[in-house]
Amino acid sequence: MANQEILIEAKALVKRYGDFTAVNGIDFQVRKGESFGFLGPNGAGKSTTMRIIAATLTRTSGDISILGKDPEKFGPEIKAHLGVVPQTDNLDNALTVEENLYIYGRYFGLSKRFIKPKIEELLDFAQLVEKRDVKVEALSGGMKRRLTIARALVSEPEILMLDEPTTGLDPQARHILWDRLFRLKEQGVTLLITTHYMDEAEQLCDRLMVMDKGSIMAEDSPAGLIKNYSTKEVLEVRFGSDRNAVIAPQLKEMCDRIEVLPDRILMYADDGEALLHELGQKGLHPLTSLVRRSSLEDVFLRLTGRTLID
Amino acid sequence: MAPRIGSLLLVDTERIKRRGAFAVVEVRVMTYMKYLPALLSVAIANPFLYLLAVGVGVGKLINTHSGGVDGVKYLTFLAPALLATAAIQNAMDEVVFPTLEGFKWNKNFFAMNATPISAKQIVNGVLIAAMSRVLFSVTVYGAIVYLFGGFTTARGWLSIPTSLAAGASFGAFIMGIAAWAKNDDTFFMVVGRFVMMPLFLFSGTFYQLSTMPIYLRWIGWLSPLWHTTELGRFLTYGHHISAMMFVFHIGYLALMFTAGIIFSHRQFARRLAK
Repeated sequence: MANQEILIEAKALVKRYGDFTAVNGIDFQVRKGESFGFLGPNGAGKSTTMRIIAATLTRTSGDISILGKDPEKFGPEIKAHLGVVPQTDNLDNALTVEENLYIYGRYFGLSKRFIKPKIEELLDFAQLVEKRDVKVEALSGGMKRRLTIARALVSEPEILMLDEPTTGLDPQARHILWDRLFRLKEQGVTLLITTHYMDEAEQLCDRLMVMDKGSIMAEDSPAGLIKNYSTKEVLEVRFGSDRNAVIAPQLKEMCDRIEVLPDRILMYADDGEALLHELGQKGLHPLTSLVRRSSLEDVFLRLTGRTLID
Repeated sequence: MAPRIGSLLLVDTERIKRRGAFAVVEVRVMTYMKYLPALLSVAIANPFLYLLAVGVGVGKLINTHSGGVDGVKYLTFLAPALLATAAIQNAMDEVVFPTLEGFKWNKNFFAMNATPISAKQIVNGVLIAAMSRVLFSVTVYGAIVYLFGGFTTARGWLSIPTSLAAGASFGAFIMGIAAWAKNDDTFFMVVGRFVMMPLFLFSGTFYQLSTMPIYLRWIGWLSPLWHTTELGRFLTYGHHISAMMFVFHIGYLALMFTAGIIFSHRQFARRLAK
């Protein structure tokens, strides 16, 4: 991956709205074929960064180049090679599923001869073959989302940008979407994803940039982030909401780090079972306990002191 | 699945820069086709009922008592103004609703903005499509006026191009307003009641502007409807206007159209960048 061509490069990128700084001097690079994720809670600056990359929002300062071009000077030239899936679907409700795919191809100046077989391929990809003549407003949320993604692929973009692709979808619909995105990645499409779901970030992204309040907190592969910012395992214990805080100081001495959440205490250690055994030996018997592997949620908690979904 | 070609080879940005507005025209026409029966019935029923009531009913009264207006029968006098009014009304419908829909209800302008289509091309495309519907409606209107005997000579048909000028200049301007308006529900009720209606009533539509008291004539002077109607009457039956006024009417409409387009381009670009 390191030798791959750089498609997106940002240096000291800033976006301000009046006194509010949405993006606060961030630097990053995205290489060809990579699946790059922006992870962070709502308001972290992910969508703003995405819109600057998509050439639909101007930056306040700093530099950014997409496919070697400045989006403020070469908007249409950059947009020609992006497939954009916005956070809220903006399909044309007056048109059918098939017509939505067709007209989007026309916005990219594609010929009817090219678009026609492409529609068949995309209907199949989005599992919407039977819905081709249905008006968009009659589709379920999952179907609309798949259609929005299929629509973004009509021009075979170099970079596919997905802003919170699975928010609001049921678990089955999410898994179908992940599968579709994984296939695109296999075809060499560069993916840019924002999400506040850690499982989605782990599933889809080669590399992640953890953002909070407009700044980058860390950047690495999902496994690398967990390795650097958390322990191998986590022991979750509950002593009852009023006793958690009282017992916490005792627990702190037994492991690398603890986090006291309103309903439970997270104890970070490389061997969770051994730690649980040690608790028992000291006469500390939690009401419930769970040993699990560290996740990106733990990384985020460590970096920001907050959970991803507040 | 066909092998991937990739946008670098597929998408021709230079071509989109030249022809992108026509993709917007295409989506508008696709949308019209969904409402074709409704569009057709409105285009026919509206002028038919209007001409029956005002042209024939009121016309008979005027023709009998004062031998017509401006030296011609009332319907001939009225026709250029009615066509221009229909053009303005149609242009307003076809730029205001797609604009509100595109920015607020459906947000499909934001979908277009994510493609190489520019804000200017969206404006131009919506306006070209709107004008194609205006052309259709005023042609039907013209045909019905002809059937009612309103065109005494073939020159009567010249009221079609003049009404197009009214639709284009007004449409270009009101599209920018629609993009600018935040509270669209009440705003367009106000525009309808307090702008459109006075323009229609005080622009020399039913009688010559010169018969109005001087302190009300300014409404007509500002209105593209009056300028178009004067041009239409001059061209269709030889209503007297000076050479200077002829140039002034054309200049006013051209200026309003140009300013409207520039205003709309700016408003669209501003709203899409938010």
